[in-house]
Amino acid sequence: MARKIVITSENVAFLKKISELSDQVITRCDQCGTCSGSCPMVEEMDITPAQIMRMVQLGQKEVMDTKAMWICASCFACTVRCPRGLDVSKVAEALRQVKLRQAIDYIDVNGIPDEEMERLPQIAIVSSFRKFTG
Amino acid sequence: MKRIGVYVCHCGGNISEVVDVKKVAETAKEQGEVVLVRDHEHMCSETGQNLVIEDIKEHKLDKVVIAACSPQFQGPTFKATLEKAGLSPYVLEMANIREHCAWPHFHDPDQATEKAKGLTNIAIAKARLDEPLTKKKFPIGKRVLVVGGGIAGIQTSLDLGDAGFDVFLVEKNPSIGGKMLQLSRTFPTEDCAACILSPKMADVVSNENIHLYSYTEVKDISGYLGNYEVTLEKKATYVDPDKCTSCGLCANVCPIKVPNEVDEGLSERKAIYLASPIAVPHSYLIDDNVCIKCGRCVKVCDPKAIDLESSGEQIKLTVDTIVVATGYDIFDAHRKAVYGYGRFENVITSLELERMIVHSAEGNPLRPMGKRIAFIQCVGSRDEQVGNEYCSRICCMYATKLSQLVKRSDPSRDVYVFYTDLRAYGKGFEEYYKRGQNEGVKFVRGRPAELIEDPETKKITLRVEDTLTRSLIESEFDLVVLSVGLEPNKGTEKVADMLRLAKSPDGFLQEAHPKFRPVDTLTDGVFLAGTVQGPKDIPDTVAQASAAAARAIRLMNKGEYDVDPVMAFVHTDKCDGCGLCVEHCPFNAISIVDRKTDDGSSSKVAEINEAMCKGCGSCTAYCPLDALDLHCYTNDQLLAEIEAALTDKKEGDYRVIVFADDMTAYRLADNVGTAKKGYSLDSRIIRIPSGSRITPKLMLKAISLGADGILFGESEQKSNPFSHSVATIQENVSKVQKILEEYGIEKDRVRLVQFVTVMLTGFVNNINTLSDFVRNLGPVPEDVKEKLGKTIDEKLFG
Repeated sequence: MARKIVITSENVAFLKKISELSDQVITRCDQCGTCSGSCPMVEEMDITPAQIMRMVQLGQKEVMDTKAMWICASCFACTVRCPRGLDVSKVAEALRQVKLRQAIDYIDVNGIPDEEMERLPQIAIVSSFRKFTG
Repeated sequence: MKRIGVYVCHCGGNISEVVDVKKVAETAKEQGEVVLVRDHEHMCSETGQNLVIEDIKEHKLDKVVIAACSPQFQGPTFKATLEKAGLSPYVLEMANIREHCAWPHFHDPDQATEKAKGLTNIAIAKARLDEPLTKKKFPIGKRVLVVGGGIAGIQTSLDLGDAGFDVFLVEKNPSIGGKMLQLSRTFPTEDCAACILSPKMADVVSNENIHLYSYTEVKDISGYLGNYEVTLEKKATYVDPDKCTSCGLCANVCPIKVPNEVDEGLSERKAIYLASPIAVPHSYLIDDNVCIKCGRCVKVCDPKAIDLESSGEQIKLTVDTIVVATGYDIFDAHRKAVYGYGRFENVITSLELERMIVHSAEGNPLRPMGKRIAFIQCVGSRDEQVGNEYCSRICCMYATKLSQLVKRSDPSRDVYVFYTDLRAYGKGFEEYYKRGQNEGVKFVRGRPAELIEDPETKKITLRVEDTLTRSLIESEFDLVVLSVGLEPNKGTEKVADMLRLAKSPDGFLQEAHPKFRPVDTLTDGVFLAGTVQGPKDIPDTVAQASAAAARAIRLMNKGEYDVDPVMAFVHTDKCDGCGLCVEHCPFNAISIVDRKTDDGSSSKVAEINEAMCKGCGSCTAYCPLDALDLHCYTNDQLLAEIEAALTDKKEGDYRVIVFADDMTAYRLADNVGTAKKGYSLDSRIIRIPSGSRITPKLMLKAISLGADGILFGESEQKSNPFSHSVATIQENVSKVQKILEEYGIEKDRVRLVQFVTVMLTGFVNNINTLSDFVRNLGPVPEDVKEKLGKTIDEKLFG
């Protein structure tokens, strides 16, 4: 992670976009860390859920390149405990949507041989488009 | 025949450079019952005032109209002038031709002169109907009820008692002292709480002006400032405090053991017990709920102080003022379920730790403390999940204190404080926080998400993000202390209901004004002291308690208090006693009483309690018979003002009547004028105590007489001194709008706008918008106005 953050109007636009997509007032997060402590997957994440919120607050687009949002299991433990009443899961989902709409595919479906395609569970194919865990 | 004197002020050019004051004076001369008109360079100067005084005497004036600046500005000066000349100050009317005319309309002198004539005529029309009222004086005694015997109630009582007032201090618990009685030491100086509190408690007893009612609750309060009737219910203690020597033999033989409240249930007490070692009054008592009346205590009591047959008593008092100091409850930590309070034996509240520290000084810490101790901050505060958005203000510092106390008593202890924000805002607080850091207390920024109990060792694992290093901490502690916040005391609810006190969104009681009246309430003669108004520490509580005492003294000291006679009154010839007004009076100032008529039969009639009426006038808007009226702003006066505002309307003119409330909109109009911001010359501003004073009938009259639009400018709901005003105006306006529509008149000609006094542009825009709107619509057709005018009296309000 960069040690220096330069805040420009682009950062503000990014915060605005994620705030609108998630329908959350992300600036209201006071960084208490309850979401991180509640998260069952936090130990597997490269940044904590509270850190996701912080990076979005500052409009750091680098957050898109982190893995944490893909590890999020949408269990809503963060959401039910947030003392500021924020839905952190929705913010993670908003970030995933932004990334997904960039339409970067890690697998080439057309490249999978037909016989293998038949053997593959459909859910696995669908989730390979949804989860960028790896 | 009235004798009205009119004075037009030049204001040293402020007015005369824009308005032709001579023309204004000439027009005034033509008005009926005006016997004298003068113009003067400076009316507010000594020569100007003396001129008025001499004229009153020489020309036997009985009404005075001064066309000058805003009545908010020099009104009090001229009222005093009239009093000097022996007239009632309430026969003065001011036409505001400076702030409402010369200043905002400086760019159009001709039109400004026309408007100044109009404003002066409105003032003359009102003055004609002015009554020579006097200030109302009400007698008031020196008796104060103080509800709650915590440190706030104690301080208020001592201040009032020392000043020579009769204090009736009511405490629901067996001893006064409140929550402070339970504390170990106080931050940031670490004074022993009991040591500094007990002398104050003793002072309460030794002060001959303070009458202490402990173990007593307030059952009922009714009445008003100067005459509150209070019913107290004193529970039976079964022990005569005058005979009890506190020897404790009774408790030794008592077979019943129950958790001790003062120790937060960490120790036990007997059914007969002393509430605290420093209890005041210092006497044993029997807990009625658990005593089995076995009589063993009676047998061992040497001074024969115990009487198991005794019963409680009801006490009735009359007091003049009331101080509510009912304090707080600590947040019930069970509600924050993730922290496992009540389920995990090593999770305790901060108040329990206070008791443990008190007892460990005597060698018995009540329960083990362990070596690794964690404090969790903001438990029940700043947490929407438990419904409390506010900061409890004291937890940061008491945790800083407790963490140091446990660390210092055993330096081998490892003590952590988990916080979200550490707020060390008070005198000596930051230094005290630094001292804690110096002594090795570790402050970790992160709010613990959950606690897990080891089923074997009962140790507690805490999961939290250290938000400064962005890593998860999962560590085991021997003891977890929950820094619980403050919540409104449940007992407060009852008192608040009886006294009609409002609550702020956090549930604590609301002060009359957050800046300038922080200990007053909107109920006259009722004051707030301490945490009943919101979380605060001991110094703030004591300061506020003294403030409440001072405010109460201010009211009572002179033996009488006076109020402006702006009060509702009843035209008894019109009133049929229907009682609609009673329902709608927000101050409970109206009642329906019997009256004897001349023929001997009796009928019902409304009666105003002048000590309770606040003069908002909203009752008048609900009276279907126009039987209710308001002094200084009578129906006849308002109608006369409306008529006068419309009589000078010429062909092609438009007229928008602005009803501006005294508190905000009228002052705002003054500010707009002072800022020289112009607005539509169609407007005529009429000053009223509150828009709720304007009856639907007056609005319709105004339209039928030629008003093209009506604008209500009112204080926004939350700063309005009359909390019901906005809703009442809305109700009245929609009533009127419905009728207008029936007559084919556009309903948006009547509007309500809520203002704050700084909305200068908002004020200008709203007037201009309405003026443009009615100009676009064109005037209300003559035949429609006529039809409306005819039917107002007959059909609509017959």
